[in-house]
Amino acid sequence: MAIIERPSAVPTFAGAGANAPAVVTPTQGLGVFKRPVAASGWKSWVFTVDHKKLGIMYGVVSMFFFLVGGVEALLIRLQLAAPDNTVLSAQVYNEMFTMHATTMVFLFVMPMAAAFANYFLPLQIGARDVAFPRINALGFWLFLFGGIFINTSWVLGGAADGGWFMYSPNSSPLFSPGHGVDFWVLGLQITGIASLVGAINLIVTVLNMRAPGMKLMHMPMFTWMVLVVQFLLAFAMPVITVALFLLGFERNFGATFFNVDAGADPLLWQHLFWIFGHPEVYIIILPSFGIISEVLPVFARKPLFGYKFVVFSGAGIGFLGWGVWAHHMFASGLGPVSVAVFSVATMLIAIPTGVKIVNWTLTLWGGKLWFTTAMKFAIGVIVLFTIGGVTGVTHAVAPSDTQQTDTYHIVGHFHFVIVGGAVMGLFAGLYYWWPKMFGKTLNEKLGGWNFWLMFWGISITFGAMHIVGMQGQPRRMVVWPEKLTGEGFFNLHFWNQVATWGAFTIAVGVAFFIVNVVVTARKKERAPLDPWDARTLEWITASPPKEHNFDVIPTVHALDEFFHRKYEEVEHEDGHVKLMKVKTAEEILAEEEARADAHIHLPSPSYWPIVLAFGLPIIAYGVIYNLILSFVGAAIVLLAGFGWALEPSVAEDSDYDPPAGGDSTKELATIG
Amino acid sequence: MADIAVHEGAHAHEHDAHGAHATSTGLSNNKLAMWLFLGTECLLFGGLISTYMLYRGRLGNGPGPGQVFDIPLTSISSFILLMSSLTMVLAVNAAKEGDDRNTRVWLSATALLGALFVGGQVYEFTAFYQEGLGFTTSLFGSSFFTLTGFHGVHVSLGIIMLMALVGIITRSKVPGDKAEVVELIGLYWHFVDVVWVVIFTLVYLIPA
Repeated sequence: MAIIERPSAVPTFAGAGANAPAVVTPTQGLGVFKRPVAASGWKSWVFTVDHKKLGIMYGVVSMFFFLVGGVEALLIRLQLAAPDNTVLSAQVYNEMFTMHATTMVFLFVMPMAAAFANYFLPLQIGARDVAFPRINALGFWLFLFGGIFINTSWVLGGAADGGWFMYSPNSSPLFSPGHGVDFWVLGLQITGIASLVGAINLIVTVLNMRAPGMKLMHMPMFTWMVLVVQFLLAFAMPVITVALFLLGFERNFGATFFNVDAGADPLLWQHLFWIFGHPEVYIIILPSFGIISEVLPVFARKPLFGYKFVVFSGAGIGFLGWGVWAHHMFASGLGPVSVAVFSVATMLIAIPTGVKIVNWTLTLWGGKLWFTTAMKFAIGVIVLFTIGGVTGVTHAVAPSDTQQTDTYHIVGHFHFVIVGGAVMGLFAGLYYWWPKMFGKTLNEKLGGWNFWLMFWGISITFGAMHIVGMQGQPRRMVVWPEKLTGEGFFNLHFWNQVATWGAFTIAVGVAFFIVNVVVTARKKERAPLDPWDARTLEWITASPPKEHNFDVIPTVHALDEFFHRKYEEVEHEDGHVKLMKVKTAEEILAEEEARADAHIHLPSPSYWPIVLAFGLPIIAYGVIYNLILSFVGAAIVLLAGFGWALEPSVAEDSDYDPPAGGDSTKELATIG
Repeated sequence: MADIAVHEGAHAHEHDAHGAHATSTGLSNNKLAMWLFLGTECLLFGGLISTYMLYRGRLGNGPGPGQVFDIPLTSISSFILLMSSLTMVLAVNAAKEGDDRNTRVWLSATALLGALFVGGQVYEFTAFYQEGLGFTTSLFGSSFFTLTGFHGVHVSLGIIMLMALVGIITRSKVPGDKAEVVELIGLYWHFVDVVWVVIFTLVYLIPA
């Protein structure tokens, strides 16, 4: 929402919105329509370009898809809870595991990280919004529409059934004759565009819009890791785009790119998929690394140990992540040289990852640890990710890996790192930043239940999968027969049931989070301005932040700027130099508000992002059902593109001036 | 694509869309974003070119490159496309000097040359089809048409952008810094030309 705000002389810690905004009629401008002007109600969300609102929308929608993917996981575990089970048919089972993975990777973990990145990246670098606010909105709507589009396949003849890496020939029209794979291909194209434009937007934001004094080496670690992730996204997404186009052409227009009968090489798909897919692994995990690198120092009351090492090891992981893709293909007969090279490269990547784990551990060492829920989740990441990482190193050893390929051992490994690493990290972020986003602190007692149930649930479920995998249970098999369960302590029967109980334990843990959100939303008590004694810039503003983030753009002098404004080294009478708190957060905020900018010009809301995004699923339905529909969709995209290009992203200044009075007025004028 | 303009006082009302002075790198947001976008495009064409290189010798029962390619014709259309980069440079130059008339002339010339190239491609595709090389004839055909088709779509989108820009300049409705908008589209256009140089060399000139 574009507002002009003449800040009140009285500091308001509760945040903006205390004054009722006066709505001004916007001029026609250069666009086709007048700009949207709503300051409240659904229109203020649907047409918003505010990075904070978009961050919350990303978060809510990804949480919804997390529940969808979770239900899919529980159905898979129910099917596998007993021998020769019949909860799901073989076909539905195939669709279920494909969509579970697709939903969790593309519609939960990635957009949830995008939620935090959207909300906190501008705040952490001291900016008032991202570089391209309308593109930011476009990214969100593409993600939402793409996610809905993929999931409509459930009611339109069945979802994709080829597994999330959709190897040929499983993905071919011969073996997957329905439209499921087409929905998957086109839906991922749409969400892929969302990731691509989002990546470009955030890279430009970080590189170009840092507050005065914020050098790259003064940036908070979350911002650093998000920056690395955006580079990975920007260069990985085009590769999967190519692969998806080739597969789409094969399925819809009769090409034979992956058809062995026609002389094609199905390994082409595997290479293209994993050149995207392995960086994707780091796209999933690095935001979580960034979050816990914020959480651990705050609750250990120590600076992050070896900041530069953590930065460069993160960048190193991002760089090495491009050179290890073929370790997903050890069983495909690449030849000994390729296998050896990729095997060694994969072991190398354990080094920067290990550096990070050492740095986090040493951050805790000697700290005054404060075991809040956020801290518990962060420590949980260190523990669970390390377990998953260790089995990962064993998979780098090709002879051992070929034994484990396509067994539940692999499934157990990557769930340890993704759920134990990425998802736990995202929960750490939710508990840590909730008071900043909503002005209320999540309940710590419910948070404890949330954490411990998830922690043990993850350990039990995926630990059991390691065992059944070592016994040889293949992944993606709809049943395991009674006669093959084996005997003794390691029999499949017992450990499959353990895994299923563990999965429901995780579900109960997540339910505690939902309950916690409801309980917290209903309570009246506001969170203190600086509940955790935090260190970074996003805390030098109200909670929730005002629409324009900062009354005055803070000038940065050091890493952990906020900490250094609160604490100074004070010499005691006995000559000891001690770190003393010299200012409270309230005092710092009051100082900032006292010298607020008089005239703040924010980007204006727009109809075009949602309209443009809406055209793409129409094109996609057209490709599947009737090409005429595609032309309608393309026309919408083209017209929205023109509307977009003709509309200045910041409204005319005349639209901004409040209805009455000059600079001295205190009212807010909301304009389009 | 103007971004966030922060006005420190009521008097500072110039509409400042480029904002290059305010960025940390000194490069405007729009330009940095365009460079990044072109970086991602390298990976897109990299994937398509790799696919073609893998499959160019797999002819099935269809004709091969030697039978269908008409090097002199494609050389002429390649020359036309390269000349469009020159006219694009002249358009950017005119825009920087604030010369609307010449900007429009050179932008139109660029679009026209681009359209000639696309026309040549349509003619070429039709000829190949008549000689028995369809999209589904062989892996060579599929990967050839996919690669050159993607490039053709990029050129066509560029033409649409150029023509739209001419129209917008005529009606004096460019939001933001006009010279920069022309320059950004110029960057895209040059990139598409450079990609064609790579494609022309690898696909047409180096025999399979």
